Amino acid sequence: MDIALIGRIVPVFVQAAWTTVELSLLSLALGLAVAALVAMLRLSHVAALRFAGAAYVSVFRGTPALIQIFLLYFGGPQVGIQLDPFAAGAIALGLNIAAYMAESIRGGVLSVDRGQMEAARSLGFGEGQSMRWIVLPQAAKLMIRPLGVNAVALVKGTALVATISVVELTYTAQRFIGSTYKPFEIFAVTAVLYMIMVYGLTLLVDRLDRAYAGEA
Amino acid sequence: MNDTRPMIEVRGARKFFGPLEVLKGIDFSVARGQIVAVIGPSGSGKSTLLRSINHLETLDGGEVWLDGVQVNQKLDRRSFERHINGVRQQMGMVFQHFNLFPHLSVAENITIAPIKLKGMAKAEARALALKMLDKVGLADKIDAFPARLSGGQKQRVAIARALAMQPKVMLFDEATSALDPELVDEVNLVMKQLASEHMTMVIVTHEMRFAAEVADRVIFMADGAVVEEGSPAELFRNPKQERTRSFLKKFLNG
Amino acid sequence: MQGLDFSIVPEYWPLIGKGLWWTVVISTASAVLSVLAGIGFALLVLYAPPVVRYPVRLFMWLFMGTPLLLQLFLIYFGLVQIGIDIPAIWSGIVALSLHFAVYNADIFRAGIASLDKGQTEAARSLGFGAWRTRIYIVVPQAVRGTVPAVGNMMIALLKESSIVSMIGIAELVHSAQLVISETYRPFEFYLTAAALYYGLNLILEAVLRGIERKVELSR
Ligand SMILES: Nc1ncnc2c1ncn2[C@@H]1O[C@H](COP(=O)(O)OP(=O)(O)O)[C@@H](O)[C@H]1O
Ligand SMILES: [Mg+2]
Repeated sequence: MDIALIGRIVPVFVQAAWTTVELSLLSLALGLAVAALVAMLRLSHVAALRFAGAAYVSVFRGTPALIQIFLLYFGGPQVGIQLDPFAAGAIALGLNIAAYMAESIRGGVLSVDRGQMEAARSLGFGEGQSMRWIVLPQAAKLMIRPLGVNAVALVKGTALVATISVVELTYTAQRFIGSTYKPFEIFAVTAVLYMIMVYGLTLLVDRLDRAYAGEA
Repeated sequence: MNDTRPMIEVRGARKFFGPLEVLKGIDFSVARGQIVAVIGPSGSGKSTLLRSINHLETLDGGEVWLDGVQVNQKLDRRSFERHINGVRQQMGMVFQHFNLFPHLSVAENITIAPIKLKGMAKAEARALALKMLDKVGLADKIDAFPARLSGGQKQRVAIARALAMQPKVMLFDEATSALDPELVDEVNLVMKQLASEHMTMVIVTHEMRFAAEVADRVIFMADGAVVEEGSPAELFRNPKQERTRSFLKKFLNG
Repeated sequence: MQGLDFSIVPEYWPLIGKGLWWTVVISTASAVLSVLAGIGFALLVLYAPPVVRYPVRLFMWLFMGTPLLLQLFLIYFGLVQIGIDIPAIWSGIVALSLHFAVYNADIFRAGIASLDKGQTEAARSLGFGAWRTRIYIVVPQAVRGTVPAVGNMMIALLKESSIVSMIGIAELVHSAQLVISETYRPFEFYLTAAALYYGLNLILEAVLRGIERKVELSR
């Protein structure tokens, strides 16, 4: 182990890790918003909307995230979408994780006992009101863990944008491995930074899940 | 039947679960071809005793012997592992919840041990399985999977599985108490048939009538100790201990 | 803006088809290896002596906490560094196999832990030793119980195999890139590649459903 090298590169890698964090947060926000929409489509009474939701999930889960990123970044200009690597990466990752998160949301809603909706309707709540006041609050607790799993996958998935030269952690690692020929040292530094994010987030999800789902 | 050495001998068996003393020094022996029924209230240590004979529980004190060989002898780990696997092949154990292997067909459940442990040829093992299934009246289920069998059928297959190893003794731990009442008789019938063939058996049961019918000797346990033992006639008709009397009264009235 | 023209796609089918073939080969090999290694890791984590158990746990923890692409770079550049010079395709297969083996191991470990204790006892009472009990009774059942979860991993593996294009392995994405460097038509060819992955994915899902049904009968 070349400790001196590690000491020298840490600041650069911390900088890169910050880019990974920004990327993750942006994709997460976009992903959640799109996921909520897709989940609504999936749960709609209108067959065409249900189909549209199912198609979104099927297409985005049925193809590699890497190709989705390439399509948007390299193929986008052909259809008039010109984005810098960071924006293309964040959007593609967000749209991709949205397909998985939509299923987590839908799963949560469907796990709430049907009787809850019926009881709410019998009290005179409308369909939307029942969903908003009775079903969703219960479903939300059930979604914490699966959505947390999605978010952790997203953080690891951000590495893919290294392929379109976004200067995040994995890209930086690749570059430094190429220039120093010290793969193990570089991996150690990069792994520690990823693991702080990944296991930190895992811990947070555990806490949230225990705090909210535990009482359900 | 001229060998008078006991088939099973338990001396001073003691067992703790944490601070709880579950077996408080148990002595008993089972002669060749003898059938012993063990009865007693729930939690009295019957299962623990039976499982200790098979070394599924490790005794904290005392000895278990099978046909002149000490089951729980002190050996280094590897030697003991070899020793105990050999000893267990000579004992058939039947569990309350059957414990059939769900990923294996009935035939495979019965043949896996003869094939893997005794090196028996597949064809021979299958013939053996058929013979054992015939004994328990389930020859037609040879290629079924356990999930498709009733509880009574499962337990009969479990008995066939144990018998296929040609054991010297059979140990039954409440073999019928997980069964619906109408399925109990088919299993009891198989056990009675084994009795008529002079199989050495230890039967833990809560069915007093069955114990009286099939056993040569009945042991009544309470609180981890043997309270009283004797022939079924003595123990059921004329119990000497107050503890036995109150247990039997509760059972016969309830 | 260039406009889209899919009519040129068929012309490049031989190259794309070859890439598709290699995607199937690499995914299948990695899937099989990841399941076998996953079972191995699970057994080591559960039953091996501490000197083996803890390093394996550390390794799993490390590989679960980092991205596949990073692991691929480590293996691709690292193996040479420690004197193992193997073709890139093997680096790709090793990376995919190890990455998914770790997740499979976690699934198998949970599957084994959830098995009824009576199963082990029944096997032991017949005279099976500890390891034979694991091999003949515990593992086959745990594997059956975890088919759906491991199947999901294999679906992920198929898609993530696209990452090995980054070390120059001529699978589907890399083939598409070659064609694009000639034609300057990224949209058409990435979309074609995506459609082919989608098709492979449908086939894989059907296969997994078939396996699940078959396994369901023997549970
Ligand atoms: N694995 C165990 N851990 C702790 N306590 C146990 C365990 N197995 C049995 N016991 C306790 O030992 C006592 C005797 O149990 P058992 O032998 O199963 O009785 P019986 O079969 O007569 O109903 C009970 O109090 C039971 O709760
Ligand atoms: Mg019991």
